[in-house]
Amino acid sequence: MTSDTVRAAPRTPSGTVPGTVPRTPPPPFRRRLGDLPVAVLFVLPAAIGFALFYLWPAIRGAYLSLTRYNVLTPPRFIGLENYEKLFGDRLFWNALKVTAEYVVLNIVSQTVISMLLAVLLYRLTKSMLVRGIVLLPYLVANVIVALLWFWMLDFQLGVVNNLIEWLGFDRVAFFGSDLAIPTIAGINTWRHMGYTALLIFAGLQMIPPSVYEAAAIDGASEWRTFWRVTLPLLRPVMALVMVLSVIGSFQVFDTIAVTTAGGPINATRVIYFYIYDLAFNRFNFGYAAALSSVLFVLLAGVAYLQLRLSRAGESDLRGA
Amino acid sequence: MARIRWGRVAGWAVLVLVMLVTLFPFYWMLRTSFSNTRALAAGAADLLPVDFTLGAYRRVLGLSSTAEAVAEGGSSGTVNFWLYLRNSIIVSTITTAGQVFFGALAAYAFARLRWPGRNAVFTLFVTALMVPPIFTTLPNFVLIKELGLLNTFLGIVLPHLLMTPFAVFFLRQFFLGINASVEEAARIDGAGHVRTFFRIVLPMSRGPIATLAILTYITSWNDYFWPLLVGKAENVRVLTVALGIFRSQTPQGSPDWAGLMAATLFAALPIMVLFALLGRRVIDSIGYTGVK
Repeated sequence: MTSDTVRAAPRTPSGTVPGTVPRTPPPPFRRRLGDLPVAVLFVLPAAIGFALFYLWPAIRGAYLSLTRYNVLTPPRFIGLENYEKLFGDRLFWNALKVTAEYVVLNIVSQTVISMLLAVLLYRLTKSMLVRGIVLLPYLVANVIVALLWFWMLDFQLGVVNNLIEWLGFDRVAFFGSDLAIPTIAGINTWRHMGYTALLIFAGLQMIPPSVYEAAAIDGASEWRTFWRVTLPLLRPVMALVMVLSVIGSFQVFDTIAVTTAGGPINATRVIYFYIYDLAFNRFNFGYAAALSSVLFVLLAGVAYLQLRLSRAGESDLRGA
Repeated sequence: MARIRWGRVAGWAVLVLVMLVTLFPFYWMLRTSFSNTRALAAGAADLLPVDFTLGAYRRVLGLSSTAEAVAEGGSSGTVNFWLYLRNSIIVSTITTAGQVFFGALAAYAFARLRWPGRNAVFTLFVTALMVPPIFTTLPNFVLIKELGLLNTFLGIVLPHLLMTPFAVFFLRQFFLGINASVEEAARIDGAGHVRTFFRIVLPMSRGPIATLAILTYITSWNDYFWPLLVGKAENVRVLTVALGIFRSQTPQGSPDWAGLMAATLFAALPIMVLFALLGRRVIDSIGYTGVK
C-alpha cells in the first residue's frame, strides 16, 4: 500500500507526456476513482470467476435447499420442508455419527503421530530427502492411496493380513462394518501425517532457541521441556493446523467413494458421501442442498469454537 | 551423555520406521503391478513380483487383446490410460495456467492499485475460503449442465480457471511484501500499470508464482469429486476418475489387482517425477498452505 503515497500525474488516454505535472489539479471524481479503470481490467477475470462459481452458486444453493428439485424439471419452492425432513432422517443422523467418529479418530491419530514426527525431524535431521519421503504420500491422489491400501488390506490376498496370519493372529476384515471407519481414518492418517508434520515442523522452527537454552540452564528434562515449553509455544500453529485438519476431515469423500462406497450397510456413509448419493443417485438436489447448508453451518461453528478455545490469535511469546 | 545418545538412537529408530511405513506401500504397488493377477493368491507373501510379467501395463495401456487380458486375470473391458493421462495433463495445465495468471492480475490490483471498494471486494473474495466446496459444487454442477458443458474440458476446468480465493490471497500477500520502489521507479519512467505488472512484478515474483503453480497443479491432478460429477465420459475422463471406474469394473470377488496397481502407479508417476525434479520447492511450499 506504500506505493500509493507517491503518484505521478494521472495519464489520460490521449497520452500525456510521462512525468509532466498537469497545470490544473485533477477533477475530484477522478481522484476518488483512483486506478479504477486499470483495476477493473485486472480484477475482471477473477471477479467473473468469483461471481459465477462462488457467489452465484452460494445464493443458488441456499435457494435450492428450499425447493424440491431433480435437475430435469424446474425447482419447486417448498419452504423449510427439507430441513424439517432432516430431523427425522435416520440416514442423516447416521451420517453425522459416522462422520464424527471418523473425524475424531483421524484427528487424534494424525495429530499425535505428526507431532512426534515433527519433533523427531526437528531434533534429528535437516535432510531434505527425509522430509521428501515423509511428504510423498500427501502428493499422491486420495484415490490412489485408497486403492493401494484397499489392496494391501484385502482380506484374502492383502499383505497386511498375510503378515497378521504369519504372526499367528486371525485375519482382520478391515473393510467390514466394525472396522471400516477406523481403517479409512488410518489410511488418511498415513497420507496426511508427513504433511501435517511439516506444518508443525515449520512452527517449531519459529520458536527461538533462547527459550530452550533457558530451559536447559534451569535443568529441565527433555520431556518436561516439551510439555512446558515447546507445546505451549506451538499453540497458535497447532490451532491453525487443527482447524484445517478438522475441516478437511469432515469432507472425506474420495477414499470412501472408491473403497466401500458408503457400505457395508451405511457403516461408512459419511455426510459428503450421503450428499453425493442424494444428488446424483437419487436426484434429490433440493434435499442434498439442504444437507450441504447444514454441513456449512456445522463447519463454521466447529472452526469458530476451535479458534476460540485454542486462543489461536494469541501467542505466548512476548518480545520475541 | 550416554542417556542422550540412547534417546537419539530411539528417535532414529522411530523415524526409520515411519519412513519404512511410508515407502513400503509404494514398493508393494510396484511389486504387484509386475505380477500376474492369477498367480497372486499362490504367492501372496512373496516380496518380489509373482510370475513376473508386463501384462498389467499392457492391459492398462490398451495394448493387450481380450484373450491375453483374461488369461492374466484382467477384465474383458478395454481401458486406455494413455488417453486419461492426456486428459489429466490438459485439465491440470489449463487450470494451473488460468488460475495463476488471473489470480496474479487480481492480486496485483488488490495489493498495488488504489480504487474504491477494493477492501470490500477483497474481503468478499477471501470469505469464499471458508465455504466448504460441497456447498457450491451442487449448484455449479447445475450451472455447467445448463451451459451444456457436461463432459467437456471447459466444464471441468471452468470453476477453477478464473480464480480461487487461495490463489488471490496467496499472491496478494506476496505482492504486499515486495519493495515497491522498483515499481515506482518504473512508473516514474512512464510505464503504465499493465507494463509494470508484466515487465517488473511478474518477473520479480517467479518464485512464489512457481510455488503456487506447483500447488495448483498437484491439487488439480489429484482432484476427484468435481471431474467425477462433470467429466465421466471417456474422451474427457481424467486419471482419478478412470481409476475409480476401473476399480468398479473389475469383476466382483477377484479384482484385477495387478492391473489396478499398474494403473495407480501410472497415475501417480507424473506427480512423483515432478516431485523428484522440484523437491525442495514443493517441500518449502508446504509452509505456505498452512499459514494461509
